[in-house]
Amino acid sequence: MSKDQFEYVLRAGDDALILGQQLGLLTGHGPVIEEDIALTNIGLDQIGQARAWLSLAGRLEHAASSELTLRDEDALTFLRDAPEFCNCLLVERPNGDFGDTIARQFLYDNYAVLWLEAMTASSNDEMAGIAAKSVKEARYHLQHSSRWVLRLGDGTTESHSRMQASLGRMWPYVNELFDVDELTTRAASEGWGVDPSKLRSAWDAGVNAVLAEATLSRPDDDFSMRGGRTGSHTEAFGFMLAEMQFLQRAYPDCNW
Amino acid sequence: MNSTLFDAYVADEKKIEPKDWMPDAYRKTLVRQISQHAHSEVVGMLPEANWISRAPSLKRKAILMAKVQDEAGHGLYLYSAAETLGVERDDLYLDLLEGKAKYSSIFNYPTQNWADIGAIGWLVDGAAIMNQVPLCKCSYGPYARAMVRVCKEESFHQRQGFQIMLVMTEGSAEQKAMAQDAMNRWWWPALMMFGPPDGDSPNSAQSMKWNIKRFSNDELRQKFVDMTVPQAELIGLTVPDADLKWNEQTGHYDFGEIDWSEFKRVIKGGGPCNVERLAACNKAWNDGAWVRQAATAYAEKKSSNATR
Repeated sequence: MSKDQFEYVLRAGDDALILGQQLGLLTGHGPVIEEDIALTNIGLDQIGQARAWLSLAGRLEHAASSELTLRDEDALTFLRDAPEFCNCLLVERPNGDFGDTIARQFLYDNYAVLWLEAMTASSNDEMAGIAAKSVKEARYHLQHSSRWVLRLGDGTTESHSRMQASLGRMWPYVNELFDVDELTTRAASEGWGVDPSKLRSAWDAGVNAVLAEATLSRPDDDFSMRGGRTGSHTEAFGFMLAEMQFLQRAYPDCNW
Repeated sequence: MNSTLFDAYVADEKKIEPKDWMPDAYRKTLVRQISQHAHSEVVGMLPEANWISRAPSLKRKAILMAKVQDEAGHGLYLYSAAETLGVERDDLYLDLLEGKAKYSSIFNYPTQNWADIGAIGWLVDGAAIMNQVPLCKCSYGPYARAMVRVCKEESFHQRQGFQIMLVMTEGSAEQKAMAQDAMNRWWWPALMMFGPPDGDSPNSAQSMKWNIKRFSNDELRQKFVDMTVPQAELIGLTVPDADLKWNEQTGHYDFGEIDWSEFKRVIKGGGPCNVERLAACNKAWNDGAWVRQAATAYAEKKSSNATR
């Protein structure tokens, strides 16, 4: 069971880590200082959540097979290669313009709030505890990204068309968030995890309401991109890891 | 109030508030100083943000993001303090973008290795604190109060910077070399942060009289050297100054000649990163224009709906 739990928690850790890494790239480059502060703060929360989930993942892996060396948050962050990362593809989409950043954040935040809320009922106390702490942050992130979807969608003609285009670019990565596989099935049936397909209708309702108010149309579900959960990533992902992992790879076994 | 009463009021350590009468030159001096300070906080985010994506551990990444976010916050308080003097933040910021306004020239140096993040916290923020603690008692109330909060956060920044250096000097040979390399590159620019020598600092005397400035540039620089040299010794770093030595008689360190031609060159735009820094600020501002326009348009729609 611990091996399942390791892999399951790793997904949550990788989602938070990769999104935090992306947001960190924007620091100092925001459209206005207030937004620089906000996006950095959201990124900081993601990194904080990643640390909690990845530390737990390392302990769960070690509990499952004690002959393995315990991997801490940094070993899992800096010393895995792309196929071992199991974040959803949505969070690894490039920052793009501000509309892309907000579209990615808005679609993800809607999922994260629902997933974390459900995880507060996990039979695993540590998972429930991290979820309870993180969901408070995620609700704030959702409020922030929703407000920007409204402002951009119902702002100027230019912002409306840019926001609509950004939504279209991120939309193919939505369905993956709700995919059920053997791991989520066991996690849900054993009571420590969540069946993501059960979050979909609430996600649709939340997203649709904001899009309608923002005068944006919901993109069509023409096609979906998948593969993040099984380690099959986008082209940009390897470059992101190369940058993130550079110091640990170039100077192994150092204390920083 | 008139000029004579104002001088007496300030000399009596009383605070000037936004609605109080003040001499035009006092207002002008403060607008220049506070806006330059705000610009420095904002531009200062860039060299450090350069390493967020490559921070060597998640703890360091989180600390660095929090720190750079603090700098953005300092920029905001300071622009707000400047606005109490009757200027607009966007106008001040446009002066920066157009290269008309100055900011601390230290941020025109590149961050080449991870230890630079340590050196900036330890030396640059350390020098900034030396400059800024006296400003907490500055005669202009809004500036003084902003500085109280800024200084509290800066002292955390300095400690985290020193901690990065400490850990690296206790680490591998490569890490020690990075730390020394950073020390070599940041030491002299940090000393330049206190401004030109007293004999060559045209605005100092008036600022001292107005209780905006409390100590001279050279006094603060000496204080910084006296405080920092023992810290460098403690972690086994060499201060890159062959003339540095303890002077028993004065009770201070004597130190070598600062290359003021470099200082002047960097201020005039000839530092290694002047072009990049301003280009990055301009790019962010221009790329964000449609976002700011949308926010304004949306706010106007909402307020006209509310009053309808």
